[in-house]
Formats: sequence, structure tokens, C-alpha cells
Amino acid sequence: MSIVETTLAGGNVIQITGLRKSFGANEVLKGIDLSVTAGEVIAIIGKSGSGKSTLLRCINGLEDFQAGKILVDGKPLDHASPAAMRLLRQRVGMIFQSFNLFPHLTVGKNIMLAPLLVKNKDASSAQVAATKLLERVGLSEKFDAFADQLSGGQQQRVAIARALAMEPAVLLCDEITSALDPELVGEVLRVVESLASEGMTLLMVTHEMSFARKVSDRVIFMHQGLVHEIGTPEELFGHPKTPELKQFLSSISD
Amino acid sequence: MTDFSYWDIIRNLLIAGRWTVALSLIAFVGGGVVGLLLLILRMSKKPGAEAFVIGYVQLFQGIPLLVLLFLAYYGIALFGIDTSPWVAAGVGLTLYASAFLTEIWRGCVQSIPLGQWEASKSLALNFGEQLRYIILPQALKIAIPPTVGFLVQVIKGTALASVIGFMELTKVGKTIANATFNPFLVFGCVAVCYFLLCYPVSLYAKSLERKLNVNR
Repeated sequence: MSIVETTLAGGNVIQITGLRKSFGANEVLKGIDLSVTAGEVIAIIGKSGSGKSTLLRCINGLEDFQAGKILVDGKPLDHASPAAMRLLRQRVGMIFQSFNLFPHLTVGKNIMLAPLLVKNKDASSAQVAATKLLERVGLSEKFDAFADQLSGGQQQRVAIARALAMEPAVLLCDEITSALDPELVGEVLRVVESLASEGMTLLMVTHEMSFARKVSDRVIFMHQGLVHEIGTPEELFGHPKTPELKQFLSSISD
Repeated sequence: MTDFSYWDIIRNLLIAGRWTVALSLIAFVGGGVVGLLLLILRMSKKPGAEAFVIGYVQLFQGIPLLVLLFLAYYGIALFGIDTSPWVAAGVGLTLYASAFLTEIWRGCVQSIPLGQWEASKSLALNFGEQLRYIILPQALKIAIPPTVGFLVQVIKGTALASVIGFMELTKVGKTIANATFNPFLVFGCVAVCYFLLCYPVSLYAKSLERKLNVNR
């Protein structure tokens, strides 16, 4: 068993087995098995309440879980060890629906803060890196701006740059365009798409079906706390096998 | 009997006013330090910590400051320690101020959106770094008006230390009033002294609030 696990984990950035999570009496995740290989782009779709966001939040330790195992880079996620969690979170970046930029810091300092504190980078190299990242998300002129001077799309792109500054092995995107005005969704998705094409491992909960179809290598349909269907975008969107997925797809195409 | 001129009254009140200022500072610094430690303890989610802090706050908010001062004065002596009015007043006021300040500041910290905690956590910041770089700087701005409002309460609260023989503004005022047989004049002067202490504090709070709002 342990040999199998180690070999599996060798090629996998994330390896989840039998993950169960409850909020009180309400079981939200009912035994998730999932492995993500390096460079893979995975879209997670499903109705609200199906456990998509909770799954992501478990992977970087924002939520505790009751049973099962999560391995990141072959190392088990262990809430009991703050040091291990600190290492894990450097490998797993997260982008939120509500951006969550730090409003009292400039854009540049938002990006530099964690590298300075956690990775012990020196100020000048952190600044060079932050400038490069801002360029990459198309906001090089916003280094000294504050979050409230930016549009939602710009804020979310800063949040992406901030997560990338930690040089994570995998990026978790939790409905990152859901809080945006429709005309701002495109600019954020383009950044995500460029990340995907550069080989970043991405795990994203999304309601943008055409985007999921275009960018992802695999799509996961979650239903009632389980991975209900998993496969290539063609398989899931073109030939859904289960009635639940069929119903879900028809409900969103209206 | 001694004849008190207006100047004598004012001079003596000003001298006593120094002790009111000193006592206020002790209460505020002591209450601030203890209050901050209690706040951090409460947020650390250590087992039993929250219950302890809630109990502490309810206990010392539920006892009148006057009674707290009596308890500090006579209570410390019970342990065989020689209590000066300084120590007793310092302890009593610190207990009182810390209970209120920790509760005021908890409200400020709670008003910071949960997303700020989560984003900083997901960037691998530890609890101390989250507090120092993300949560407290934002909470500080919100905390200034209620904190300074409470500081004014503390300055006025030091008047109660007169009951344990502390020679501050009110006690000295009472002594002079007894000697001059002109209590209205003397306590009028005492009132002006308190006002002159408290009003600039309020003004300063307003300007501080404005400044912090501009600079975020």
C-alpha cells in the first residue's frame, strides 16, 4: 500500500484519497478520490452545495477534514503541524471569489509581503519579482495603487500575481470570476489561460463552461459531495453519461 | 486658618493634576498592554483561552470601578504586601481598563472581513504575521475613535482613586474645599481641570482619525 502510494505521489502534485468533510451533522464531502498530475488543468463543475469549494479549501488547509488523506508533493496535509502547513501553503496558492486583497497595502506590497515574510526574500529581489508578475498580468503601472482604486478585474489579476509570487506548484481558483461584472471576466480568464499554457497546475471551480471546455485537460462533475463524473471536456460536455450531469448541463445552457 | 488666594487654589490643583495625568497614563498603558494580551490570547483559539477572557471581561466589567479600587487596596494587603495608594489604584484601573479595551478591540478585529484571514493564511503567513501585518493595522484604524473615547472615561475614572487616599485632582480639590469653605468655586476649578485634560484628547482623536483615513 505504502509503495503504491509513494509511486503514485511521485508523478502527482496532489493525491486525495477517501476525503470526508462535515460541517456539524452535514456531510459535504463523502469520500473524494482524486489525483492531479503536474501541469494538469482541472475544472470542477457542479451545483452549488455539491462540495466544490469545500474540496478546494481542504487542499490548502483552510478547512479541516474528518477522514481521508491529502498528499501534496507526496507529503501529507497535517493540521497538527504548523510548520508542515506553512510549507504546504507555499506549494498551494489560492485565489478567491472576493479577491481579498489587503486594502491597507499597495498592490506592490500585497504581492511582496508573503515572499518577504515566508520565503525570506530580500526587498530588492522581491520587488523585481513583483514588478515582473504585475507585468505578466498586465498591470505594471499599478504597483503603487491601492485595491480600492482598481476595478474588480484588476483586483483579481493582482490576486493572481500575489499567489504566483509564492511560486506555488499548484494554483486553486475558487470561482474567481463569479464576483465580476460580465465585461471584466475576460481579462481574468485570459490570465488564467496563459498560466495554463505555461504549464501551471490549475484546479479551478468555475461556472464558465465554455472556458472550462477550452482550457482544461480534465473536468470533474461533483454531485452531493462525490466526484460523480470525471473525464476530458469532450467526454463530459459532449457525452455526459449520468442523468445528473445531463440535467446540470441543460440547466446552465438555458 | 490659612488664607487661600485664587492662585493658591489653582497652583495646588495643577500640582495634583499631574498625578491625575500620571494615574491615567498608568491605567491606559497597563490596560492597553493587558487588554492586547487578552485579545491575542482570545484569538489564538487555544483551549480554554476564550472562556478565560470572556470570564475576565464579564467579571471586571461587572464590578464598579469604585469597588474594584477598594478591593485592590484592601485585597493586596491581605497577601501581606504593603499597599500604597499608587499600587492599588494602578492595579484597580488596569483591571478595569483592560476589560473594556480588550472588548472594544475585539469588536474592531471582528469587523475585519474573514477573507483577510483566509487570504493571508493561504499565503502561508503564521498567526503572528497575520495579526501584525494584516489584521491589526486594519483594526487599528477602526479602533481609534472608541479607544480614545474610552481614554476620556479613564481620565474621569481616576477621580475615584480619591477614595483610597490617592492625592489626585479630586482629593486635593476636596481638601482645599474643606479649608476654604468655598466648595463651589474649588470644584468648579476641578471641573475645568478635567475638561482641559479631556477635551484635547478628543480633538487629537478626531485629527488622528482623519489622518489615518487619508493614509489608509
